Formats: sequence, structure tokens, C-alpha cells
Amino acid sequence: MPQREIDASSISQAVAGLCQEANYFLPPDVTGSLKEAAQSEESSLGREILKQILENAEIAARERLPLCQDCGCAVVLLEVGQDVHVSGGGIDEAVGEGVRRGYTEGYLRKSMVRQPFSARVNTKDNCPPVIHTRMVPGDRLKIVLMPKGGGSENMTRLFMLLPGQARQGVIDAVVRAVDEAGSNPCPPVVVGVGIGGTADKAVLLAKEALVRTLGQPHPDPEMADLEKELLQKINALGIGPQGFGGRTTALAVHVEVFPCHIASLPVAVSIQCHSARHRETVL
Amino acid sequence: MAKKIALPLTDRTLDELRAGDDVLLSGVIYVARDAAHRRMIEALDQGKPLPFDVKGQTVYYMGPSPAKPGQVIGSAGPTTSGRMDIYAPRLIAEGLKGMIGKGMRSRTVKEAMKQHRAVYFAAIGGAGALISKKIKKSEVVAYGELGAEAVLRIEVEDFPAIVVNDIYGGDLYEEGKARYRRP
Repeated sequence: MPQREIDASSISQAVAGLCQEANYFLPPDVTGSLKEAAQSEESSLGREILKQILENAEIAARERLPLCQDCGCAVVLLEVGQDVHVSGGGIDEAVGEGVRRGYTEGYLRKSMVRQPFSARVNTKDNCPPVIHTRMVPGDRLKIVLMPKGGGSENMTRLFMLLPGQARQGVIDAVVRAVDEAGSNPCPPVVVGVGIGGTADKAVLLAKEALVRTLGQPHPDPEMADLEKELLQKINALGIGPQGFGGRTTALAVHVEVFPCHIASLPVAVSIQCHSARHRETVL
Repeated sequence: MAKKIALPLTDRTLDELRAGDDVLLSGVIYVARDAAHRRMIEALDQGKPLPFDVKGQTVYYMGPSPAKPGQVIGSAGPTTSGRMDIYAPRLIAEGLKGMIGKGMRSRTVKEAMKQHRAVYFAAIGGAGALISKKIKKSEVVAYGELGAEAVLRIEVEDFPAIVVNDIYGGDLYEEGKARYRRP
């Protein structure tokens, strides 16, 4: 099988573009979901908030201004075809260079600090990104860039449930995580749920679930059913847009599952704000 | 219909504001977030003056994105206020009258607001581009080396916000949620 050459510089260029586009343009599925909510929301204050959120997206796109001043930690999901050969530099370095350029040239806020528990000095280029790489068949390189805001990321929860707690335990854990997060993660939110694997795997699944297209149910009917029930229970909490009260607390719940150990039932909840930014490209 | 409010807040305005009020703020606001708060509290501990007199003023928890050439400021939405809860009561006791951010405050902060007559407004989290249009002037007044975390003095016109906590103990997050919660 011949290898396909991809130059590191083309990866950097692609990543730089994704950083800017992701921060200026809200994905159409998110805009569509917010528009629907602006119609259906019962609270008049909630409807007004949703209108302003949509107006914000229009201004951001028109003027190429960041949708939110928190341009996030650059989370990068890579799918590397095993027949790809990257030349001219390391792949992680190439992604980092793209983040550096994208955030600097795009007037995006740099929010990464070194020494998390002590000096907390800004790295001034939003590097390093957080990169998750998967090897897949083929000769393509897929890059998904998700700027992840700090306010919503801080609401991430991991529950190591007992296997006997089963489906109801999962529901209670997810609803509790969203309820306790309240107004902090900028509702209406997108809720990513990772069930199974190990603790680390569950959290990654929850994160990956956030980049799925909104409103597209899981292909497995059992998971789709769980997503539906979770969304209904979360929207019964009353938190509403920005936490001011209302029916639209979450726009969507996305569940991802993985087999797990006989002793375990890990459940991770990753929350994304209404500015559910992500952008992808395939090289 | 939003009420127009002039800053700095007067005693009369503080009396009138109620949790849930939709307001448009105009006037001067000081911007400070995590690192600036830490430094301000250190200054108070050492008996040094604060970078600005907080008496009667309003603080906005925010760290903007960089301004493009010709812009006053980049995107400028609120950050999560809860992280400032450990510092806020001290500044409220020093005379701070208004705070703008997003998300719930601790019981200690809410008690300090009641005791010293201060209010907490929420701005719309994630509406940074929209809010940047309401900021007419911006200058760094302290800790410039902190970059996005520096203390700014900004002038705003019709800055949209919602009263979350008033001086009477009202709390929109609790009241709003209770109103729409289903068993």
C-alpha cells in the first residue's frame, strides 16, 4: 500500500483556518436549534436572551469577531489514516503551529497558562492545544477543532457508578451534573455523555459526543431513547436560557458508549455552552 | 421593556432595582477578573491602595479578546462570577456597589450584598460580539502585564444586563428556576 504524503505546513495552515472559522461562525445546526428554541421557549425573558444570542452570531459572522471572548482551549480531534505519512515536521507540532497562527492572526483571546497551580503565566499563543489522535484505515487526515470555553469545561463531571445502578443511575448522574452546573456553563447547553470504558475513556467519549450534529439521534435505538429521556428530564429542571428560568436548558444530549470492565460503570458528562463551536476539515 | 440605568449606581437606583429587571447600563465600569482580583486582595492585605477606588463603583468580570485595528475592544462577554466569590465580599465591604458577570453567587456574597447594599447583574454569557458594540471607550488602568486579565476602565452605552441579586435578597436564578421546574 503506497503512503500518501501530507506536508506538516499544510496541516498548520488548515488548523489556523479552523481556529478562526470556528470562533467566528456558529455551526448551522446550532443556529437552527437556537432559532427553534427562540420560538418555543415559554419564558419571555428566555426568548429575548435567545434572540440576543442569535444577533450576537450575526454580528460575529459579519465582522469576523469572536462569538465569545473566551476563544477556548483548542481541543483537536485527529483521525489519522494509517497510510498517511506526514513530512516536514511532527504532527502535534504542526497542529500547535496552526493554533499559534490562527489565534494570533485572528485576534482570538489566548487563554492558556503554564504551571496550572502556581505561576499561571499566559503562554501568549494559546498553545499547547489538547490533541486526541486516533489511527484509522485509509490515507486521509481528518481534523476537528473545538474551542472549549473554561466556564463550561469547569462543569465536567465523572461518576464511577456501581454496575447495579444501571440505566436509572446514569440518568440521575447526568441530570444532577446539569442541575448543579445551573447558570454557569451558559445555557442552553449541549450535553455530551460518555458511558463505559475506563474513567479517561468515558471523559473522552463525552467530549467527542459534543461535535456530533445537533438533533441527529444516536444510531442505536436504545441510546437514542436514552438521549431523548435525558433531554426531556434536563429541560424539566427549569434552568432555562442563561439560567434565568425557562424550558430550554439543553439544546441536545448526545450519548456515546463503550464496553467496560465487569466491575465498572463510568459515566462522564461534558457540557458545551450555547456557543457550541467546532469546525472540521479533511486533508 | 428594559430600564435605563446610569452608572455609578445611586442609592435611589439600588432601592429600585429588583431581581429579574431587564436593564440597559450607561456610564463607567471597571473590568477585572481572576488574576486582577487576587492582586487587589493582596494589595488590601498589605494596606496598599487599590488600583481604582471601588467606592460606589461597578465591576465587570470580563477578559476581552484582542481589539482589531480601529476597534475599541474585542469580544467582551462576562466570565463565570463564582470564581470571584472568594474576593467579592471584601470589595463589597470596601464600598463596591455593582458586579456584572454570569452564573450563581455563593451565600457569603449574597449576604454581603444584602448587608452592604450591592447588586449583581448578569450579562449574556457568550454574547461577546454583541456586547463589544456597547463599549465606547476602554483603557488599561492597572496590571497591564496581565494582558486579557488587566484592570480596564470602560465606558458603556446601553449595555444589556439582568438584575440577578437585589439588595432585598431577591435571586433571579432561584426564582426563575422554581417557576419553570417540572416535578
